Amino acid sequence: MKKCDLAIVGGGPAGLAAAIKAHELGLKDIYLLERDNFLGGQLVKQTHQFFGSHKQFAGTRGIDIAEIFKEKLAKREEIKVLKGAVAQGYYEDDVLGYSYNNSFYKLKPKRTILATGASEKMLAFPNNDLPGIYGAGAVQTLMNQYGIIPGEDILMVGAGNIGLIVAYQLLQAGVKVKAVIEATGSIGGYAVHASKIRRAGIPILTNHTIREAKGKEEVEGAVIQELDDDWQLVAGTARELAVDTICLAVGLTPKVDLAIQAGCQMAYVAELGGDVPVRDDCLQTSNPRVYIAGDSAGIEEATAAILEGELAAINVAQDILSDRKELIAEDKTTREKLKALRKGPVGEHVRKGLNKVRRNEDAGKDRYSRSWKG
Amino acid sequence: MRIKNHPILDFARDREITFYYNGQEIAAYPGETIASALHAAGIRKLSTSSKHHRPRGFFCAIGNCSSCFMVVDGEPNVKTCVVEVEEGMVVEEQEGRGDLSEKM
Repeated sequence: MKKCDLAIVGGGPAGLAAAIKAHELGLKDIYLLERDNFLGGQLVKQTHQFFGSHKQFAGTRGIDIAEIFKEKLAKREEIKVLKGAVAQGYYEDDVLGYSYNNSFYKLKPKRTILATGASEKMLAFPNNDLPGIYGAGAVQTLMNQYGIIPGEDILMVGAGNIGLIVAYQLLQAGVKVKAVIEATGSIGGYAVHASKIRRAGIPILTNHTIREAKGKEEVEGAVIQELDDDWQLVAGTARELAVDTICLAVGLTPKVDLAIQAGCQMAYVAELGGDVPVRDDCLQTSNPRVYIAGDSAGIEEATAAILEGELAAINVAQDILSDRKELIAEDKTTREKLKALRKGPVGEHVRKGLNKVRRNEDAGKDRYSRSWKG
Repeated sequence: MRIKNHPILDFARDREITFYYNGQEIAAYPGETIASALHAAGIRKLSTSSKHHRPRGFFCAIGNCSSCFMVVDGEPNVKTCVVEVEEGMVVEEQEGRGDLSEKM
């Protein structure tokens, strides 16, 4: 069994940012485990330009952000980057087991940052298991990473940012989008994305749900129906769309298997996408050796994941190295950047969610005056 | 179907390779996953469910959901949405749960 200072699980935006920051701050013995044989996580399929208040990456496409991180990481050869390494379990004695090249290895890190991301949510309706029904992220992967279209005619379910962005990317790839439907009465995504869809002549139908998928071996159609303001079906409004593909953009849920195994106290927080570890403002969980960052800490977007990865790394450096002045300052500025990112109406549900999952007695305190002991 | 012209992305497809799906020869490009190469050939059904024998395709494409299991070179339960296709690979539709006993 090998020992190390820091193990990071997940090579997406949070994990990459954490690895680079931890090394920059002086940690040498770092493992980065990534189950895929490429780094970047879901950034590698995000062809849209980022916006938001994090100046560094606003206007840059996700695919390019992944490249920037990979270049930065490549310069730091000391970091042990294991691509194709799947974390298999976090054991009671704080040992992290992983498989790599058909062998099983054990690692005992002083600290672990879990940056395992999220999975796509499913929706319950008859025939929802037919081939031709995909998560929106899966459609992005197929199109933008492998250059293959999922079908000819598509129904998009969900008008949040992901639903709108992926609908637009389908158009860019030459696929017909029949409609974007949304169960609530309003479009959840940014107006800039919605107007792109509308300009292309695609209807965005609010107060509409999917009743069932049609087809035997694969999708041949979809029945949609109107909902009233009490979420009840409006009689006589059901109609069938001739589509061969149904794309579900109905949200994500954090991947927290390892956090549960690590004994982290969990809480169900709808605003953050499901069960998430309770943590303090420094992203330390109730297991003092385990930090959480990115979508596995609560569903946000990549800029928040990057900042959380950095914040976790700064605090791990403080745990392991010392309480150097510059670390304390960096902890403060990173937390302020996160706060700025989450302000305004767009960040409201995240703020609400974080208030439920954070140990309130520690709110706003620095690591030396909080009640959480690590 | 493969995207040929894309406003933002370029897909490198220099060298063609061949693999087998239920005995049928399929063309693919290095770097594609098994499931995506099958999709490009119009094959979306990858397996049947174990209890009700319903058709299954992939759902998540990133190795989370296990809906894409197929038998690859005799090994069942391969996540074809993340495993890259290789020259001469033998890929078969999987019936229900894969049988690992032969491998053990």
